[in-house]
Amino acid sequence: MTAQATAADDPALRKALVRVEDVVKYFPVGGGLFGRAVVHAVDGVSLTIQPGETLGLVGESGCGKSTLGRVIVQLLTATSGHVYFKDVDLTRVRGEKLRRTRQQIQMIFQDPYASLNPRMTVGDIVAEPLRNFRVARAREAERRVQEVMRVVGLNPNFVNRYPHEFSGGQRQRIGIARALVLNPTFIVADEPVSALDVSIQAQIVNLMEDLQDKFDLTFLFIAHDLSVVRHMSDRIAVMYLGKIVELGPSDSIRDKPLHPYTKVLESSVPVPDPDLEAARKPILLKGEIPSPVNPPSACRFHTRCPIAQKICSEVEPPLEMKENGRFAACHFPGKL
Amino acid sequence: MTAVDGVSFEVERGEIVGIVGESGSGKTMTALSILRLVPEPGRITNGRILFEEQDVVQMTDEEIREFRGNDVAMIFQDPMTSLNPVLRIGFQVEEAMAAHRRFSRRQAMERVVPLLQRVRIPAAAQRVRDYPHQFSGGMRQRAMIAMGVSNQPSLLIADEPTTALDVTVQASIIELTRELSRELRASVILITHNMALIASLCQRVIVMYAGRIVEQGPTRAIFKNPQHPYTWSLLRSMPRIDEQTHEKLISIKGLPPDLGKLPAGCKFHPRCRFRIDRCLTEEPTLDEVDPGQLARCWVLMKNVADPEAAR
Repeated sequence: MTAQATAADDPALRKALVRVEDVVKYFPVGGGLFGRAVVHAVDGVSLTIQPGETLGLVGESGCGKSTLGRVIVQLLTATSGHVYFKDVDLTRVRGEKLRRTRQQIQMIFQDPYASLNPRMTVGDIVAEPLRNFRVARAREAERRVQEVMRVVGLNPNFVNRYPHEFSGGQRQRIGIARALVLNPTFIVADEPVSALDVSIQAQIVNLMEDLQDKFDLTFLFIAHDLSVVRHMSDRIAVMYLGKIVELGPSDSIRDKPLHPYTKVLESSVPVPDPDLEAARKPILLKGEIPSPVNPPSACRFHTRCPIAQKICSEVEPPLEMKENGRFAACHFPGKL
Repeated sequence: MTAVDGVSFEVERGEIVGIVGESGSGKTMTALSILRLVPEPGRITNGRILFEEQDVVQMTDEEIREFRGNDVAMIFQDPMTSLNPVLRIGFQVEEAMAAHRRFSRRQAMERVVPLLQRVRIPAAAQRVRDYPHQFSGGMRQRAMIAMGVSNQPSLLIADEPTTALDVTVQASIIELTRELSRELRASVILITHNMALIASLCQRVIVMYAGRIVEQGPTRAIFKNPQHPYTWSLLRSMPRIDEQTHEKLISIKGLPPDLGKLPAGCKFHPRCRFRIDRCLTEEPTLDEVDPGQLARCWVLMKNVADPEAAR
């Protein structure tokens, strides 16, 4: 394979909208005499997000997926590394340029109960970004708020109501309206449907897909539920203990997971079909997820991996391309 | 407010039955009623709950205590709220046995470690001395299950036992539940919002909506041939990990019902894409539509020519 062929076939090397380079985020824990312990929440993550795509970020609780999302939108400051948005380094740029860039980046949160100020009316919540970025004045802001409310399926006459008057699904629509009001190009959605009833989840998933088509949005879709991530995403990144262990097109990951952890995750998800369920054999992991304060040496999955060898505890496998557009951090990809 | 309205079903010995529904469907209240644990000011106004030959509703306080401890065990979604944070895990498991007098104090003490080993708590002999906060979520749920099965109950009620857990942990808890049910010949009632879990574990399924059973029957029949539009839509509203083509999910419009102001007629009619005029005024009865399969619907999916077209 020549270098040019690789570059052409690999979407990660084409023009990216978002480029994450070796991002590290540590949190100090405790504060004792030798308050040196840190949680390695995100530990050297690099990835790219292409314009118009949905990149799914999946992993179990504590793997660092939400932290990574927050670092990308700059709600958290990276310990080291870079986040480029259209070639602007968000971790370096300051002042007016940062403001202008950030307008194009928005976030949707998991809990539509906690992320909306209960003392503000829906109209004020949705209009707040307009005010913060001083992009629209009173009349125009009002018009814009009504417009986005209609777009997300909320009755624009409800602008003077308060969040508690709405159901969970409607609140999530309010959160989406707030994210859309500035006409962003890139949205990070952190578990946007996991707090909702099953019948409502489908409404929000469908809405997000419609909005993506209509407004040419790029999504980073963070969730623990592999079924929803698969449904939403063009490509998927799988995280384990602060690192990306596999990254590739959604369909090929389903058909043939390369990393043993991806395989374990896939095998653990039940399907709503009794015949398939009777045949499914989940691969059960031994032990518990290790502490991110003291992650295992070399490959972090080696303590629980069903196919780990000696090398896995000695040499850390880099996240590298194993097939076209498919990356895995494993010494024995596809062997489980 | 009527949270559960006219619900009747049976569970055979050793059978695993799933109750599925969304928030406000009455699935948890139904389960709490079986234990007569409906929170105040709620109460059971009508009906019977027969365990073997005895009516739980009529039991004396002493009888209900015996029944809860020896015959039935309940496993909740969040094990942290059911475990005492200041007592060691081993002691709590022992107490669960001692309190109900099936085992002597001494027998109870001797059974603790084997029980924790049985639910696959690693290094159980050492970890009996741990406090709940030293356990992970999955291990706490295992400890709860150990307490639940410690008196060898014949019925296990599990209310969203894996909802708070990661999917790899969920898989092992589900396997454990299946094994224990077989070993103890215990019946299990699994309460969940997740249709896929039902397909994985249950022989029979009860679908609830607005405090009513809208469909029930053998799992295979319900999944292959759902007759109630709610069941049919629910199965198509969730993305499947094995989906091959990308199709729009079928969403159910509107919201789960407010029990304070239920509509007339069929309680699902405001959200139903297949409704007819009769559904607006007259509530359907729960009738047998196929051997062993019951549905509460005037239309029934088998009479809808091309249901996908109505999306």
